[in-house]
Amino acid sequence: MDQFLQQMVNGFSLGSIYALIALGYTMVYGIIKLINFAHGDVYMIGAYIGFAATTYANLGFFPALIISMISCAVLGIVIEKVAYKPLRQSSRIAVLITAIGVSLLLEYVTMFFVGAEVRSYPKVLSDAAINLANIRINVQQIYIVATAVALMILLQFIVHRTKTGKAMRAVSIDPDAAQLMGIKVDRTISFTFAIGSAFAGAAGVLVGIYYNSIDPLMGIMPGLKAFVAAVFGGIGSIPGAMIGGLAIGVMETLVSGYGNSMYRDAAVFAFLIIILIFKPAGLLGKNTREKV
Amino acid sequence: MKTLTKKNVLILAAILLTFGIVQAFISTGVINSFYEITIATICINIILAVSLNLVTGFTGQFSLGHAGFMSIGAYTCAIINMHMNSTAGFLFGTLAGALIATFVGILVGIPTLRLRGDYLAIATLGMAEIIRVLFLNMEITNGAAGLNGIPRFTNWLWLYVFTAGTIILINNYIKSSHGRACISIREDEIAAESMGINTTKYKVMAFAIGAFFAGVAGALYASYFYFIKPDLFGFLKSIDILVIVVLGGMGSLTGSVIAAVVLAVISTFLQSFTAVRMIVYAALLVMIMIFRPQGLMGTKEINDLLKFKSRKRDERIE
Repeated sequence: MDQFLQQMVNGFSLGSIYALIALGYTMVYGIIKLINFAHGDVYMIGAYIGFAATTYANLGFFPALIISMISCAVLGIVIEKVAYKPLRQSSRIAVLITAIGVSLLLEYVTMFFVGAEVRSYPKVLSDAAINLANIRINVQQIYIVATAVALMILLQFIVHRTKTGKAMRAVSIDPDAAQLMGIKVDRTISFTFAIGSAFAGAAGVLVGIYYNSIDPLMGIMPGLKAFVAAVFGGIGSIPGAMIGGLAIGVMETLVSGYGNSMYRDAAVFAFLIIILIFKPAGLLGKNTREKV
Repeated sequence: MKTLTKKNVLILAAILLTFGIVQAFISTGVINSFYEITIATICINIILAVSLNLVTGFTGQFSLGHAGFMSIGAYTCAIINMHMNSTAGFLFGTLAGALIATFVGILVGIPTLRLRGDYLAIATLGMAEIIRVLFLNMEITNGAAGLNGIPRFTNWLWLYVFTAGTIILINNYIKSSHGRACISIREDEIAAESMGINTTKYKVMAFAIGAFFAGVAGALYASYFYFIKPDLFGFLKSIDILVIVVLGGMGSLTGSVIAAVVLAVISTFLQSFTAVRMIVYAALLVMIMIFRPQGLMGTKEINDLLKFKSRKRDERIE
């Protein structure tokens, strides 16, 4: 029982990181129906910016987190303007392939500048642990979950209580009608990319602190898993992405804890295929009927 | 139906001539072993790209799992060939690899091909990833270290036979009524369905044929390069194949062939700068999509461009 609870704690902290990345996927998908493959690499860049801020500028956790979020937001807007905007009218496959191209470009440009080797993150947070009835909770884990929860509350506020959030919801329901109502669609899309990328940047810093190591290809797997989380929760749904992220995190730690950790990636993808077959709309997604 | 029409004889002559010329160059040493590797890569990539083009370009089903089928072919052939060290073993291994890949393709295809567009892409990606993890953990595949010392039976003869065979078979499939059904699914799935085309059947069929030839390509790869490990067949390999198909033009077989040659030549020149090579690759992919989303050839074949007159006549017959 203790071991199970311990796994749940680890799963929750990993899951809240996945949830942060999944939010970016789900928001971008909701608004322009694009699987932004480059999202995982924005997260990688976020981790590197956090690394630079803590190692070379000797900043603490929060300044590094904020610098990384702002830089990633800018990067997200640039990616959207340069690569996706010219393709607004093209086929979905063309945009998807562009996204894969942008993802590879970010990975290898980063590799070119910082080298392919794994770097270890400086110790920004203490690794002291609190023992709570045989369950070990790390201070880092508390920070991770707290940051993730704070950001998610902020996001809920932006989406439901602000004018921009209203515009985002309107564009995701019907871009043409939104435009007719005087909403600046392009600006709303850029804003969505900015928020999603900022969250990915935050996740990057958190992962760097949690796993202590970063490399230019670190974005691929968590990116794909966060996408699985978004699909599981119902793509386009913000609460769905949070639930999905936590579920994938817990599942992954349970598979590594009780089964074979080598199979954890396979388990996540097998889970994805099963969801797609039985409930393609996801947990909280809406079933859309196809129109001819 | 006459098989020995003037056109077919000409094609046969061209095929034999190409084979003879390259064989002569290899025998006389004009093409050294370094360029021979490039040629082998080109042939294997042509098989992969042409078979993926059938699935993605002609049937319109976006698959990101082609490397998974390739790895099945590679491992099956390698394991069989290491136990039966002969040309017969190699051929048997290739066939077995291709058939197992087909079987997995059908098994995966039936449930996942109900999905569309992005979802199918992610499901196939997941499938390839699962296959990779299985190979990583199995005893017989020697885990992450991979299989080493696979006997080499792939030579120019077999490469050429399989490459030419793949192109001819897939070309004929596309020109048949099955192929036209596949193209109609690409153009408009709902319209195709309402015209009485069993879309699931044709989608699975295209997927299975694609998997078969990906298996063949994997077998040739294993037998040519002695050494395979699961990481060779990851997500990036699938992307590599997709880049060839997209660059050549989705829906153009000759486009895939040209793109495979062009990319192999580019990457041979960039051999010494591996990092730059991937950056060029990625930038190329983004640029093609922004400036020429239909690829080099679009849906045209090379003979469409060469013969304007006869195309006009064809249109009238159709």
